[in-house]
Amino acid sequence: MAVQGAKGRATTGAAYAVASVAAVLFLIPFYLLVRNGLATDAEITAPGWRFLPETWRWENVSELFDDPAVPFGRSLLNSMLVAVLHTLGTLLVCSLAGYGLARIPYRHADKVFYAVLGTLMIPSAVTFVPSYVVVSSLGWVSSLRGLIIPGLFSGFTAFLFRQYFLNFPKELEDAARVDGLGYWGTFWRVVMPNSLNFTAAIAVITFIAGWNAFLWPLVIGQDQQSWTVQVALSSFLTSQTIRIHELFIAAAISILPLLVVFLLLQRWLVRGVAETGIKG
Amino acid sequence: MRRRKARSETLTFWLFVGPFVAGMLVFVYVPILWSFTLSFFEAQSTVTPSVFVGLDNYVEMLKSGPFRDSLVTFTVFAAFIVPLTVALSLGMAVLVHRLSFARAFFRSAFFIPTACSYVVASLIWKMSIFNGVRFGLANVVLGLFGVENISWLITADPPWYWVPLVTVRLWLQLGFYMILFLAGLQRIPEELYEASYVDGASPGWQTFRHITLPQLRTTTVAVVLLTLIAAYQAFDEFYNLMPSAVNLARTPLQELYLAALSQQDYGRGSAGAMILTLLIMLATLLQGRVLGFGRKD
Repeated sequence: MAVQGAKGRATTGAAYAVASVAAVLFLIPFYLLVRNGLATDAEITAPGWRFLPETWRWENVSELFDDPAVPFGRSLLNSMLVAVLHTLGTLLVCSLAGYGLARIPYRHADKVFYAVLGTLMIPSAVTFVPSYVVVSSLGWVSSLRGLIIPGLFSGFTAFLFRQYFLNFPKELEDAARVDGLGYWGTFWRVVMPNSLNFTAAIAVITFIAGWNAFLWPLVIGQDQQSWTVQVALSSFLTSQTIRIHELFIAAAISILPLLVVFLLLQRWLVRGVAETGIKG
Repeated sequence: MRRRKARSETLTFWLFVGPFVAGMLVFVYVPILWSFTLSFFEAQSTVTPSVFVGLDNYVEMLKSGPFRDSLVTFTVFAAFIVPLTVALSLGMAVLVHRLSFARAFFRSAFFIPTACSYVVASLIWKMSIFNGVRFGLANVVLGLFGVENISWLITADPPWYWVPLVTVRLWLQLGFYMILFLAGLQRIPEELYEASYVDGASPGWQTFRHITLPQLRTTTVAVVLLTLIAAYQAFDEFYNLMPSAVNLARTPLQELYLAALSQQDYGRGSAGAMILTLLIMLATLLQGRVLGFGRKD
């Protein structure tokens, strides 16, 4: 900054004050998750705000998992399977398609590409009725297949991979070809190993979306055995057959995997957001 | 020889692209065509078209009733959420960009709500912050100023429920759009500011108005579009926050969910899906036109 006198210092001070207040507001919901999750119901509903529970009731965690009325463990397992397989499947199918569209000469490649672009215009949430019609005809309601497979074919992700591969250094691929590798070998031995940053960014975004998805799992998960953790939490919330502290500790546990992803992989996450947010 | 190479390349192309295209046909194109067909038929409790009814399903959905109300609801919701999100996330980005010390901390604090799902956030909002009784945090704080308890989510008049509905979405999405604006800010060349100082501009509103904002136009257009499309597809927080028995504020997707999943009327559900898809495509194109999306920067 060119001007940095007393006025500059005052505005810097004001900036930190505003940022601090905002940060507190943004973190309050996390505080509430922990405070309510490790308290008793009486402490939560007591008049007069108690900042922290008298004793941290860690036994709330085991109480939640032991509660036979609440299929929470199963829903966590389902979510883990769905999010991991959703991510791996999307990466595999979309990176292959993106590479094929970017690099392999084929007479009708542009027509295929337009068919992919066309799907970007159609918001996937709106088409849940049509998709449900097809998936129920396949008999995939209340199954992991129904939860995972229809979501793998993201035109947007394939499009992003194609754009990325178009800018991949061609010399590396040419060298691989000289060494006698075909497209398949070049893709797996040269292109993918050199694209880990980009792939990780897409993977983090896809994993978060898969873990947090609600509408499709709600539509497909019609029996308890196939509930994901979001559907389970929602049904506890709307039916209110569960104690308040159980509700909060369940919610807190449900965000743990993503908090780990956030703290460990923030670099790729930020890149993924910047990469996917602006379709350019 | 050349012919053989071309043929083997065609095979390789389909080896790479085939799985995606097959999935896309089965799970994107077939559903849409099927649903398009169903929307002209009576399809109660069945997904096989039976009796052709022409445009009846469309008329049924669009005449005054819950689906049309939901379109109005959405418009009100978008009118709040889109400008608020753009202004606040831009403000946060400028703020974080300006900080030198502890910048990473503040960025993370604003960004980390993105890790929460709408369900988890709705749970916190409904059971703790905007709980209608005296232990709800909002009522505790307002109580300090002598305000009576407010039943946030079930009072129809005044419509207090918009406060939780709007704040929950802001909390979840501001950090995401802040990251987009931060990326935009980092791309503005420093020389532009230096040149303006030489010309006598002072840092602050003047440079923000004449340098920062124009330079961020592409990002701003993208954020407006993304928040608008996301608002059109609002479902999760309305479903989880609002009482299901009374219809205070339902979104178009909720009405589709009710028509298709609860009442098993796939004809009307499909017609609604077609209407909504068309609206979103129109809004996207129009918005792009108005804000100059296609123009080169």
